[in-house]
Amino acid sequence: MLQIVNITKRFGGITALSDVSFHVEKEEIKAVIGPNGAGKTTLLNIISGMEQPDRGEVMLAGERITGLPAHDIAKKGLARTFQHVELFGNMTVLENIMVGMHRRTSSGFLSCGLRLPTVREEEKGIRQKGIELLEYIGLKHRADEPASVLSIGEERILEIGRALATEPRILLLDEPASGLNEAETFQLSVFIKQLRDEKGITIVLVEHDMSLVMNISDSIVVLDFGEKIAEGTPEEIRQDKKVIEAYLGEEEYVS
Amino acid sequence: MFSVFLQFLFSGLTTGAVYALVGLGFNIIYNTTSIINLAQGEFVVAGGLLMWFFVESIKLPFIISAILTVISVGIIGYLIERLTIRPVKKADLLMMIMITIAVSIVLKGAAMFAFGKEPYGYSPFTEGEPLVIGGAIIQQQALWVMGITFLCIVFIYLFFNKTILGKAMRACAINPVAAGLMGIDVEKMITTAFVLSAVIGAIGGIAITPISLMEYDKGAMLTVKGFCASIMGGLGRGRGSVIGGFLLGIIESLTAGYIHSGFKDAVALIILLAILFFRPAGLFGSKEIMRMRRF
Amino acid sequence: MTRNQFIAILILLALVFVFPNIFSGSYILTVAIFSGINAIVTMGLCILMGYAGQVSLGQAGFYGIGAYVSAIMSLKYGIPVLFSIIIASIIASIAALLLAIPALRLKGHYLAVATLGFGEIIYIILNEWGPGGPSGFGNIPHFNIFSIEIKTPYQYFYLVWLIVILLLGFSLNVINSRIGRALRAMHESETASASVGINIPELKIKVFILGAIFASIAGSLYAHFVTFLSPSGFSLFYSILVLIMAVVGGISNIWGAVVGAVIITVLPELLKNFREFDVLAYGFILTVSLMFMRKGIVGIITEKLGEKRCSR
Repeated sequence: MLQIVNITKRFGGITALSDVSFHVEKEEIKAVIGPNGAGKTTLLNIISGMEQPDRGEVMLAGERITGLPAHDIAKKGLARTFQHVELFGNMTVLENIMVGMHRRTSSGFLSCGLRLPTVREEEKGIRQKGIELLEYIGLKHRADEPASVLSIGEERILEIGRALATEPRILLLDEPASGLNEAETFQLSVFIKQLRDEKGITIVLVEHDMSLVMNISDSIVVLDFGEKIAEGTPEEIRQDKKVIEAYLGEEEYVS
Repeated sequence: MFSVFLQFLFSGLTTGAVYALVGLGFNIIYNTTSIINLAQGEFVVAGGLLMWFFVESIKLPFIISAILTVISVGIIGYLIERLTIRPVKKADLLMMIMITIAVSIVLKGAAMFAFGKEPYGYSPFTEGEPLVIGGAIIQQQALWVMGITFLCIVFIYLFFNKTILGKAMRACAINPVAAGLMGIDVEKMITTAFVLSAVIGAIGGIAITPISLMEYDKGAMLTVKGFCASIMGGLGRGRGSVIGGFLLGIIESLTAGYIHSGFKDAVALIILLAILFFRPAGLFGSKEIMRMRRF
Repeated sequence: MTRNQFIAILILLALVFVFPNIFSGSYILTVAIFSGINAIVTMGLCILMGYAGQVSLGQAGFYGIGAYVSAIMSLKYGIPVLFSIIIASIIASIAALLLAIPALRLKGHYLAVATLGFGEIIYIILNEWGPGGPSGFGNIPHFNIFSIEIKTPYQYFYLVWLIVILLLGFSLNVINSRIGRALRAMHESETASASVGINIPELKIKVFILGAIFASIAGSLYAHFVTFLSPSGFSLFYSILVLIMAVVGGISNIWGAVVGAVIITVLPELLKNFREFDVLAYGFILTVSLMFMRKGIVGIITEKLGEKRCSR
């Protein structure tokens, strides 16, 4: 589904990513882990088109997407969330979801201004799908509240909901468990698995919370100082010496 | 032919000096607060008009008038910061832009109210024969303008690089929170920045008025051109805006002289737009630093 | 638009129909006409700044293009007024495109100054190359459709305010639609917007063009009413005046544009005896509004109404 090939990225004198390559299979849940500064968010930014690599390619379902602007990549079925939640605080919860459907709709300035019948139909559809999606993610009761009043857990769910509204084939999640307590993290893990199982969405998960990662990932890529130092199943990674040294430490992880 | 060119050159350097001072004023406030003070040009106007008031209306001696003018405009700068900037510290950038615009209108309106729409002038600092260099005639006042500007530039450079206060102010712009934690009174720094900018603007106004007279509405164009000078050199870089100011003055003068005087103002605008569109970091700025700026 | 907004428009429509029959004096009607013309420009700015978050201090430029191009087309080339207005809007759109494309990467102060510079360049062009230069020119044809002339204040009031209402309706439709949400999303977070497929550069260009067209239509209406144009009304000061109107009325609310335009257009007429005061008064009003009434008059009213509804 997703192929990362020899991605290299430098910022001035710092090499953020160096020759990183891996695949993500369709409907796989792949985690990308590593210490802070390992380049994980940069990698997501490059995949989603927010930044351009200095070298290397990104392929989505066999199609080359390197160099495309972010909105075009989004149109090809790749959605993402952000490390620091980027909701539209100036709009309601429902409206945030409805914005997510932008790429699936097409009315322009003129037709919207004139409120043509096609626009009215489209708008009804957007609203309906929006409410259904809110119900699916469990936020329907907050539909008309401003997005800014949500708790951090709800915010993260809403952001995922907005990404889902784009009807993606693949979803990039940037530290979705950040700021969540244990119970919320568990709910999140169930939810992410559901997304894959029920909707067939491929998931790439950048995360620090090891219980979440070990629990739901099918395979894991480990980055350190911009380089891939390991890749494998959770079991393999847990025992990989290099990974333990760089990141995990000698602690035990209960799954 | 060459003497004509020299004439334009010197006249350009003279007006350019004022642009450089306005640009410097921009930088001081920007370097301390990340705010671009769109009322900067009004300080120059205030300097010129108030100087006229003290010299010609109250008939005070020259030096006293100059000192009073500088103090008065400094107070104006202080009031602006205390009354309109500090209370809205948390406001977003758009709001700050509009507030400085609003302040510039208030100042312009006050100038119009107090002084009317006519141009004002007073006698040059020294009377005497103009210099003749290479066939070009240079007023003594022009030399005063350039000399004073040069002194200001040196003073500002020393201030920001060699004094603790200056370095503290620079720290505020880079990271106000850290600066505060280091014991720097950030609020006081911001106020100082505004006062200093106002004073520099006033000095420019005092110096240039004997040559080009001062009217209540000259502020806006000075602001635009000073800003142009500032970003030509890369916003935040003192040396750059000085060079930018002089460069702009020269280009303007040459355009007015050789092409068409009506386009004089357009020159600054075109350069401004060209830089904003194609090289926002300025001629001397760096792209990397641009990306890290707050906007 | 929502049902409430539709009702509000109907109320406005009723007021507009009734107004000239109560206040039929030519002076009052003329002030009302200018209020309406300014309201159109301000609505455009409101969408640009309040909703889409793009600063523009150059609307006077598009206003000037609308006025001058329409006047010149109809006067010098005999083109029917309606087509002249359309041609002016097209040229204003092209100008907006030329401004918006390089300005795409600019934000905040840089964008503000770029638009300011643009507006000033248009002003200089009008001053240097406009017919009559700084002194301007007259004999501009009155507004006419199919040989029906609309030129008395009474007639023009209806013309202008019906257009205000149409454009208001159009704006409300846009704001409440997919495009409106995209604009607001772009205002809040360009990164997040791009991540859901919103083409930010394209949207910015389009919204600038929208603002330009509004201003251009207003300019054309102005030209064919006063039938005399000089560059002085199209300078930076007008751009700032429009900004004041938007802020005082409430920059995040399109109704605020209309309210603010009316207030700021009427105000100088009330202050007529204090001519030297006017710039000072404007500056003061703007400063105070920005500092204490950031949401503008309409913004504050809607807040109060919202509170009342919640406390029930």
